Amino acid sequence: MNHPSTYKPGTAFERWLDRRLPIIRFGADFMDFPTPKNLNYWWTFGAILAVCLVIQIITGIVLAMHYTPEKNLAFNSVEHIMRDVNYGWLMRYVHANGASMFFLAVYIHMFRGLYYGSYKEPREMVWILGVVIFLLMMATAFMGYVLPWGQMSFWGATVITNFFTAFPVVGDPIKTLLLGGPAVDNATLNRFFSLHYLLPFAIFGVVAIHIWAFHTSGNNNPTGVEVKDVKKDTVPFHPYYTVKDGFAIAVFLLLFAAFVFFNPNGLGHPDNYKPADPLVTPPHIVPEWYFLPFYAILRAITFNIGPITSKLGGVIAMFSSIIVLFILPWLDTSKVRSMRYRPVAKLWFVLFVIACVWLGYLGGQPAEGVFVIQAQIATAYYFAFFLVILPLLGVFEKTNPLPKSIADSVLNNDKRGAATPIAQAAE
Amino acid sequence: MSATDSTHEAEPTRRDFIHIMAGAATVVGVAGVAVPLIDQMNPDASVLALSTKEVDLSSLEVGQAIKVMWQGKPVFIRRRTAEEIRTVEATPISDLKDPVARNDNLSGKFDAEDKNRVIKPEYIVVVGVCTHLGCVPLGTSQGEVRGDFGGWFCPCHGSHYDNSGRIRKGPAPQNLEVPKYIFATDTTIRIG
Repeated sequence: MNHPSTYKPGTAFERWLDRRLPIIRFGADFMDFPTPKNLNYWWTFGAILAVCLVIQIITGIVLAMHYTPEKNLAFNSVEHIMRDVNYGWLMRYVHANGASMFFLAVYIHMFRGLYYGSYKEPREMVWILGVVIFLLMMATAFMGYVLPWGQMSFWGATVITNFFTAFPVVGDPIKTLLLGGPAVDNATLNRFFSLHYLLPFAIFGVVAIHIWAFHTSGNNNPTGVEVKDVKKDTVPFHPYYTVKDGFAIAVFLLLFAAFVFFNPNGLGHPDNYKPADPLVTPPHIVPEWYFLPFYAILRAITFNIGPITSKLGGVIAMFSSIIVLFILPWLDTSKVRSMRYRPVAKLWFVLFVIACVWLGYLGGQPAEGVFVIQAQIATAYYFAFFLVILPLLGVFEKTNPLPKSIADSVLNNDKRGAATPIAQAAE
Repeated sequence: MSATDSTHEAEPTRRDFIHIMAGAATVVGVAGVAVPLIDQMNPDASVLALSTKEVDLSSLEVGQAIKVMWQGKPVFIRRRTAEEIRTVEATPISDLKDPVARNDNLSGKFDAEDKNRVIKPEYIVVVGVCTHLGCVPLGTSQGEVRGDFGGWFCPCHGSHYDNSGRIRKGPAPQNLEVPKYIFATDTTIRIG
């Protein structure tokens, strides 16, 4: 934490403790962190995500007390949780829908970072750690979905581990190593349970250094202008943002509760209420909604590229769609952080969001005819946005003038953009 | 030696040597620990013990097919009709998407002619795992769709296989694998 400590130990005990273990100081300084005063509601998703992680860990630990990771017992133990365990239905529905809510929040959080340039210097590590968390979340969610040992669990695991066979030479041994046998079986279920229990704590650790990183650089804010005067531009995190985040969390939990209590299976797949059968493949294997855009990218590559088969090409495209996020801070060449002052980038950004949502829709459709062509166009745009549009815009785009400071933008913000003429007049 | 070597900087000390030795020993130690920790994830002895399976084919009628489990994977065995055998034997190699035999009983490179995919032409034995993303193709049980080439059809992404288990249409890159098997008796095979 790079702000001077404001903590004054009040009691004799606090003074005694502060010289030995300054844990109260750590907490007090954390809550007192100077935060830009202009953060909007898009910034509340960080706190919402922290709540999601805690909900998943608590309900997950409870579920693990009743669940059995063995291929002949797993499906029935989930039904046992649903029917016999006190409030087991609630714990399971909160956990299952909690995964969806977690991804909903993380996608909004990522689009926010993208729009306001939160990945730019000096916040590259914040962004990269965020992408690491996203990858860990995807691995955790995938392995969690296997645990009920229904048809979608089993065949989802089969299809996803088969991605690795696309790689020549090393592919098959990697697949066997992951599965613990020639096919998805009891060994796979056991290790997925072990890792599904482990990874959330890894996420917790990376979240801690994610927060450490932006407490070092300071929060970005909707103007993308750095804090110039801590007194004028910032307010303490508590009570200003604990209250704002708290309100947003309450609203988010309303949506969460609406799913849990009124449509708990709305985001799931009915085939997963059939026990896993290694001899029968369901007619349509569809991943959970939050993986659909990536599934669409995988299936968009239907053609061979030189020695790369369509299968390998699809897998490479899918992995690349996430790897490209790691280098985003160096792909975007614009000096201006926030797209609020980038009139052209803003339009491409809206198109990008549409392309991502559209890919999500296409991922749920059968891979044939017009759907394939649309997925190819959307995939091409996805990569073009990062690899062509953002690098070029930094050179060619004429950006709008920035406000002189955060305080300035807030005080003159009767209309959005009103800061512009005043900032110019001041020059 | 150092007296004649003018470009040589300060002679490595005993401490440098100890650092390098300690570093090297650590690397060896880490590797020694990593091997068992990673290898424990590979198939265990109980999984490997199930690596062979005997199947009695005496009740299999001409035109019928069965599905058996071997190593956690389905294996399709079809007793083909004379008509089916004639069709797959007449298929020219140039019509095949994957011209390689994919037969674990043959070592070396063989092309995917039907005779390189069977032991007795009457029985075609293939692993029932689509080479695209691992789904189980339809066509073994009575009444299931058998695809455009009368063999098997994978519903996941639409791969069509012929009666020799060869990929003919769709995204799958390879022919269905022929597992290692022998005829233990005239009507019994041992897979694995």
